[in-house]
Amino acid sequence: MLRLDEAIARYVRPGARVALEGFTHLIPFAAGHEIIRQRITGLTLIRMTPDLIYDQMIGAGCASKLIFSWGGNPGVGPLPRLRDAIEHGWPAPLAIEEHSHSAMAHAYAAGAAGMPCAILRGYIGSDLPSVNPNIRAITCPFTGERLAAVPALRPDVTIIHAQQADRDGNVLIDGIVGVQKEAALAAAKTIVTVEEVVDRFDPRRGAVVLPSWTLTAIVEAPRGAHPSYAHGYYARDNAFYGAWDAISRDRATFQAWLQEHVFA
Amino acid sequence: MSQGCTASEMMTVAAARALTNDDVCFVGIGLPSAACNLARLTHAPRLRLIYESGTIETRPDVLPLSIGDGELHETALTTVSVPEIFSYWLQAGRIGVGFLGGAQVDRFGNLNSTVIGSYARPSVRLPGGGGAPEIATGCGRIYIIMPQSTRAFVEKVDFVTSLGHGPTGRERRALGLASEGPALIVTDLCMMKPDPDSKEFVVVSLHPGVSREDVRERTGWPIRFAAEVGETTAPDAAELAALRDLQARTARAHKGNS
Repeated sequence: MLRLDEAIARYVRPGARVALEGFTHLIPFAAGHEIIRQRITGLTLIRMTPDLIYDQMIGAGCASKLIFSWGGNPGVGPLPRLRDAIEHGWPAPLAIEEHSHSAMAHAYAAGAAGMPCAILRGYIGSDLPSVNPNIRAITCPFTGERLAAVPALRPDVTIIHAQQADRDGNVLIDGIVGVQKEAALAAAKTIVTVEEVVDRFDPRRGAVVLPSWTLTAIVEAPRGAHPSYAHGYYARDNAFYGAWDAISRDRATFQAWLQEHVFA
Repeated sequence: MSQGCTASEMMTVAAARALTNDDVCFVGIGLPSAACNLARLTHAPRLRLIYESGTIETRPDVLPLSIGDGELHETALTTVSVPEIFSYWLQAGRIGVGFLGGAQVDRFGNLNSTVIGSYARPSVRLPGGGGAPEIATGCGRIYIIMPQSTRAFVEKVDFVTSLGHGPTGRERRALGLASEGPALIVTDLCMMKPDPDSKEFVVVSLHPGVSREDVRERTGWPIRFAAEVGETTAPDAAELAALRDLQARTARAHKGNS
């Protein structure tokens, strides 16, 4: 168990391949903000849905590359900082490796399974393979079916947020579990921020439990997923997601927000 | 629009009517989510809705703002992981209907949600495909719901994110796909279905008060009309009440916090 600043300083090195996962639910905002505060740069950021957290990290200059499959503010609009980085190279040029959700989900699962690549029935008739050389074709040796192959995702560090850790460092994720188990097991190092540390948790039906020996560091970070949500703790702050567009659209407004809410 | 409903309400109601009690439907955020839940609240109470966040047979009381809102989990029969929803459920062919939209669609139902302009130097960078590329080929058939304009209904999409019937309308079979592909486009003006031979989408029904000229003006290709073009039945009182209640509940629920 570490403090958030210690865990980030120790395991997130400049230039690392880093995945902060959480599918709408349990997005590790507190950890992302600590990466911004420590001004760690040159990161390859991996995430299916970049969401507000990567908009903030990209706008703050942490990233040089993004691997993703859907880059918007769901139900609201675009991610203005992500768009500015791709369209105008601000604050720094951003290389992108673009996939579909299915391919990224399969690629994390392949990473967790220790396989070199993922095979899926995907990208059929899509132009995405023509702009992403990491989408290739493979022929099934048994049936002859042509399938898509993508490299396994193996982050240097995966960071996820969960509801609880127990005193032994085991972690409980409850509700929409997304791709966090696969992202955690695919990584060389895994940091988990949690709402609270309890003596013993109650593994509910359908919950994901990650044993302590599969994890590198645990950090207690209450409300560490806000403005996303933590099932059983707090609801999604949809009003903030709605307000983000106006904050992020303008570079100066965004920087003022960063100063006030992340650096201060 | 007659009957005191908006064009957007007509579009949502028309899309909802396409769904039946026997469908299993993969739902996207926004218009598809509104249409699917309206169907469930009116004529298709047994309709099974699946969201890509892994929630199966979910029955949300309010529309989710995002694809993984807590409401979806709390009202679901079961919630599975994201890798599982895309592999065991979508890829395996267990889902009959997929609802899609995009920034651009062409006459063969090919969809672009990636870029306007060139990929390397886009004039507008769009969110990207998300689940759509595999929904487009993995679901039994596809319904497209999009407001109609010349910017969106284009001669040629700038980027094929999700395959419709292909650039010439003949590509699905050549690619070995058994799924049907886009079977219906619902807009705020009309409904279109693919010609059985050419797969080109043609207008089959005009919404009340909409003329052929209105449709031509807001389509970026020389739109064709079926031999028999009907008039879409206007929303009835029960459909409109259910939709407006749903949207009012949703607006109240999303106002909280911050």
